[in-house]
Amino acid sequence: MARLADLPDWERDHLLQLAERAPRMPSEPWATGPALSERRVAIVSTAGLHRHGDRPFAAGAGATDYRVIPGDTPAGALSMSHVSVNFDRTGFRSDPNVVFPIDRLRELQAEGVVGSVADHHYSFMGAPFPPTGFEPKARELADLLRRDRVDAVVLLPV
Amino acid sequence: MSAVGHYLEDEGIPTVGISLVREHSEKIRPPRALWVPFMLGRPLGAPDAPDFQRRVLRAALELLEAGDGPVVLRDFPEDAPQAVDDPEDVEGMACPLASNAPAPDPSTTDGLRAALHAEIAQLAPWHDLAVRRRGGTAVGLSGLPIGQVADTLCTMLERLEAADPEGPSPIVPGEMKLACDDLRTYHEEAASAQPGGRDSAEVLAWLYDRTVAGRLLLRLRAQAVRSTDKALRGAGTLMLVPRAVVNR
Repeated sequence: MARLADLPDWERDHLLQLAERAPRMPSEPWATGPALSERRVAIVSTAGLHRHGDRPFAAGAGATDYRVIPGDTPAGALSMSHVSVNFDRTGFRSDPNVVFPIDRLRELQAEGVVGSVADHHYSFMGAPFPPTGFEPKARELADLLRRDRVDAVVLLPV
Repeated sequence: MSAVGHYLEDEGIPTVGISLVREHSEKIRPPRALWVPFMLGRPLGAPDAPDFQRRVLRAALELLEAGDGPVVLRDFPEDAPQAVDDPEDVEGMACPLASNAPAPDPSTTDGLRAALHAEIAQLAPWHDLAVRRRGGTAVGLSGLPIGQVADTLCTMLERLEAADPEGPSPIVPGEMKLACDDLRTYHEEAASAQPGGRDSAEVLAWLYDRTVAGRLLLRLRAQAVRSTDKALRGAGTLMLVPRAVVNR
């Protein structure tokens, strides 16, 4: 469905325009770690997620702040306040794991595929353009992830 | 999302991202990305499909062990499973909500308000079931119970329709956005609990073509986009009704 050829013209043109305007990053960093079965994994989403009752994301599209999602948060306790209405939300309404797969990550830990699940996960609201606006908050997040001994991050857009 | 990965990796934390738009990942070149052929809003492919979701997540995680960086962009080979489409059940979803819903009197806000309350009450058993299955509700962004959400939005519509579109906004656009999110969430959660498979487009068509809530959202948008107030017009243009509905 997200094959551009399958999308209506107006949506394909919009996404191609964003790709055209997207910045080239100045370098190509590459960090490594131990075997996957020894990694500690955190999820970082840009779906505008937070726990039910937490402050929703503000209506402005330029926000680069994030919300903290403790690792023991039940998937059903998640809400979404992303500013955009132009992506499917019916999947999330039915099963938050389709956006934030915390239960799947716990299952992979139980199977020994990954070593452990981080104590804290995070969500931005991924609307700022250009996305380089995320730099200060992303670097701030890196410090928090290190303190949680995270050595693998799964990044999930919507 | 790709940019966040770039900065985390630059700080020494290995990352892997799901890519929903391959062309964006080709341009930004994050360290590791798994492109998936899924609709926007569903990075793990399909709801209530734990085995499939696990395969997607595992395929992404395994890229962390790829040794051919600094840029790895792979394709996930499977399409998302489709909801089982049972025509009788889908009919069962649509009819009680549409044909039994009292028709609002569009000329009065009181009529709209009454019809919306009736629709919310009609959906309540399905919403209760959805909350039990999901383990919670995502309704609540506005901080109001759903009945008050309905009242608030009807009052906002009334104020918008009475206001000079070239004057200041008579409502707080951010509050309207959160209340609209709550109303839409309530309806979509209720629809998710009904029997039969349904895809995103069916739910969208049901909400905007066949419910009182959808008609209210469209009327709010129509008022907001004609305003010269920048915040209100922006909310109306981007935050209330999907482009897929506006552009059809």
